[in-house]
Amino acid sequence: MTLSDWAGTPENWVFLVIGLGMLFAGFRVVTSPNVVHAVLYLVAALGGTAALFLLLGAEFVAWTVVLVYIGAVVVLFLFGIMITRAPVGREVQLSHPIRVRVSAAIVAFALFVLLAASVVGYFEDAVVAPSAATRTDDIGQAMFERFVMPFEVVSIVLLAALIGGIVLARRDPTEESEALR
Amino acid sequence: MSVFAALAPLVLATAEEGAEHAADLTTSGPLLSAAWLIPVVPMVLTFAIVFWGKKLPYRGWELAVGSMGFVALYGIVLFFMNMSQGITYEGSVTLAEIGTQALGDNVGSALVFEWGWMVDGLSIMMYFVVGVVGTLVFVYAKGYMEGDARYTWFFASFTLFGGGMLVLVSAPNLIQLIVGWELVGVASWLLIGHYWEDHDASSSAIKAFLTNKIADAALFIGAIIVGLSVGSFRFTDIMDVIASGSGSPLSRFAFWGGVAIFIGAMGKSAQFPLHVWLPDAMAGPTPVSALMHAATMVTAGVYLIARMFPFYAVDGFADEVRWVIIAVGTLTLFLTGLIALVQDDIKKVLAYSTLSQLGYMVTAMGAGAYTAGLFHLFTHAFFKALLFLGAGSVIHAVHSNNMSDMGGLRRFMPKTYSTFVIGALALAGIVPLAGFWSKDEILASIRFAGSADGYTVAQGGAWLADFVLVVAIAGAFVTAFYMTRAVSLTFFGEYKGDGHPHESPNVMTYPLVALAGFSVVAGLINIPGVTSLFTDGVGARFFAGFHELEHHAESLDLGVALIGTLAAAAGILIGYRIWFEDKETQRARDAFGVPLLYPLLRRKYYIDDAYFYGVVKPLREPVARGVDWFNGHVIDLVVNGAGFLARAAGKLVYLFDQRALDGAINASAGITSFGGGRLRLLQSGRVQQYATLLLAGTVLLVAGFVIYNGLTT
Amino acid sequence: MLISQFIVLGAGLFSLGVYGVLTRRNAVLILLSVELMLAAVNINMVAFDAAWGDVLAGGQIFALFIIAVAAAEVGIGLAIVLLIFRNRQSANVDELDLLKL
Repeated sequence: MTLSDWAGTPENWVFLVIGLGMLFAGFRVVTSPNVVHAVLYLVAALGGTAALFLLLGAEFVAWTVVLVYIGAVVVLFLFGIMITRAPVGREVQLSHPIRVRVSAAIVAFALFVLLAASVVGYFEDAVVAPSAATRTDDIGQAMFERFVMPFEVVSIVLLAALIGGIVLARRDPTEESEALR
Repeated sequence: MSVFAALAPLVLATAEEGAEHAADLTTSGPLLSAAWLIPVVPMVLTFAIVFWGKKLPYRGWELAVGSMGFVALYGIVLFFMNMSQGITYEGSVTLAEIGTQALGDNVGSALVFEWGWMVDGLSIMMYFVVGVVGTLVFVYAKGYMEGDARYTWFFASFTLFGGGMLVLVSAPNLIQLIVGWELVGVASWLLIGHYWEDHDASSSAIKAFLTNKIADAALFIGAIIVGLSVGSFRFTDIMDVIASGSGSPLSRFAFWGGVAIFIGAMGKSAQFPLHVWLPDAMAGPTPVSALMHAATMVTAGVYLIARMFPFYAVDGFADEVRWVIIAVGTLTLFLTGLIALVQDDIKKVLAYSTLSQLGYMVTAMGAGAYTAGLFHLFTHAFFKALLFLGAGSVIHAVHSNNMSDMGGLRRFMPKTYSTFVIGALALAGIVPLAGFWSKDEILASIRFAGSADGYTVAQGGAWLADFVLVVAIAGAFVTAFYMTRAVSLTFFGEYKGDGHPHESPNVMTYPLVALAGFSVVAGLINIPGVTSLFTDGVGARFFAGFHELEHHAESLDLGVALIGTLAAAAGILIGYRIWFEDKETQRARDAFGVPLLYPLLRRKYYIDDAYFYGVVKPLREPVARGVDWFNGHVIDLVVNGAGFLARAAGKLVYLFDQRALDGAINASAGITSFGGGRLRLLQSGRVQQYATLLLAGTVLLVAGFVIYNGLTT
Repeated sequence: MLISQFIVLGAGLFSLGVYGVLTRRNAVLILLSVELMLAAVNINMVAFDAAWGDVLAGGQIFALFIIAVAAAEVGIGLAIVLLIFRNRQSANVDELDLLKL
């Protein structure tokens, strides 16, 4: 496919805008000196993923991302920040000194190059053909017919996480009773 | 002795045959092929005595006397075999062959080094003498050396001497002869220096060895000249070259070779002026003096001349050296005899007497009287050994060598006295004792040499033979003279010593008796005109056309015999007059009225002084000091330099070890520590760092995998 | 639309997330970066699902599972961060270096 072909498809432009935005947001997540800003940039990135899902016709997944990720997970993060009294403001260093950052950057970049090169080298001109959006009904069917076992397992995982979270986060019972006295 | 008497008729009968069939020579037989045992047995037993002697019941003596007895037996058997049928045999074993360009190309082209054993008339005579006299002296020595601290070692050295002497006389080539020559030289040094705690004895031993060594140098040169110009060192080869006539390279170098070899003989046979060691050698034990310095070792020089006789006799070779030989022999004969007149030590008298008799033998050889010289060697061995052993017996009884401590001993030591007198008469040359016949034959040969057919006339020197004859007869007079003096001072008169002398034990007197017996009969085997056993026996040798060179007396030369006997009788009578009858004046006895001559004789013509101031002192002081300086400054410099270098090298190694090696080791430790310190930082505890490294590794691996896949597809 | 552009975008977000995990000092921010990585994985899933035109929509369903698990993980993670904070009065991972030599 030539560049002009690519540029001729309007979806690509949409993708480009959303993609760049996502990348910028992701970049700010990992480099922002302000904690809350970082969280908000994550929100932007996640929103971008939802938009992309819509572009790809995965409507159910897109709205699940918005509801669960942005709605619950990010809020949870904010709670976490609050409880751990993460330094809010600009003075405190949120990242490691530059030495660490350089080496991490090199590794991350190497990883990116590796992945991108492999993929581009393999797929080259393969295209995602625009097609109709996936019906939620089909997803539900597949979920409870074909993927019912993983579904049940994931629910147990959530249960375990729930219990685990409670157990981990609670105060020691003896301490509690003494504190109460 | 009785055995000999019983055999005598048989011997006489077969001797007639032998004389006629002189050309019929035995050349092989088991006894001859086994004759290599003769020198080897004593040599081997020497080592046996050294290693095991002390543990044996007789402390080694049995091995020593056994070896000599074996040789004596073998020698006697061969002697009689030779008298009945002459023997010429040469056995050998080749040790090495060196290819070389010989100057003479008539004999082989390679220098062969071989060990051999000659069995011919000359060698058999020597085996007989060494064996018989050796056995008797060894028996005597058992008594004489009793109680000596180095008894076993003494017999080991003595047996070594016996072996060396036999190596010498059995040698078929010059090299082996020189080996034996040196062996007896070493044995002589060992034995003269037996009482080495006495400084005189040890320095006498060295004097003997060094004097001989000077002569040996000449012997080596002579042997090399002869050996290389012939192309072989074998006597038979040398004789073949001589037989083939002059014109060979040997005749070109013969004169100097002959002179050199004769000088070697002069050393061993103590001819003037290399005679100085023999009187001092008397510092050794008397058995040693009897065997080595009377009968055998000193006769090695005469033997050498005899062995090389054609070399000295045949026209065109070394025959002109005979002038030198005669001159030296005559000088020795007379001058040393005179010194014997003024000696107080009885052994010294006998020593000078030996020198004088050796002069006779050498003179005989020089005059061309091969048989006469050897015959005198043969008889002299017996009576001189007898005289020495008798002197030893006397010394043993009186505990002193000096005749001024003796006197009147015939009453105390009858056996010693009677045998000594027999020996003295034999030496003086009184008929019919052995010395008469041999000395007479020498005189007759000298006379013949001066006659119309004789050698000296042919060479234009008729006067020489007459002169030598006169000197020889005068020598006979002197011999009788000093022996009478010795006998009188020792056995007659009043005893002037301290102790109570008594006769020696049987083990010492029996050999005296045996030797006295030989002194009586030994001369009878070669009476001119009657028997010529000795001549024929000794005549059986390799050089075939040789007999013609000699004069054989057909009958007794009455003129010479008479004059000789008269001279001896005169000596005895005048001696008797001075020393037996005139007992009052000691000085008169010793000076015999010629004061000027006495100091000269006492100082032995100042020859020893000449040697000392001329040779020994200059060497000792300047040369020795020079050598010491050289050693201290030059050689020590080298040694110190080596030490310095070693220290410097050591320092270098130390530095290297400290800096380089230790540095390397410390550096490796440092690197390890440094590396460890750095690597420790990996374990920072910071998980993000771990994760970074983990990821980096994974990325590298995968990248590698991808690239590899990309390259191969 | 090329598949590659989606995957590359996903790779880029993933790398940024890796950078953040390795770089941030605050534990919560590390978890945040992990979320970013999971989001990138989601994009991969859905993109491939659209590309293969899966009848079962397996990729999308897997993306849903990823979201669920991510949520569980964030819950547990924050609980742990809370405990660490209680013990050390600080959420700095710098100070969690007891493994060092």
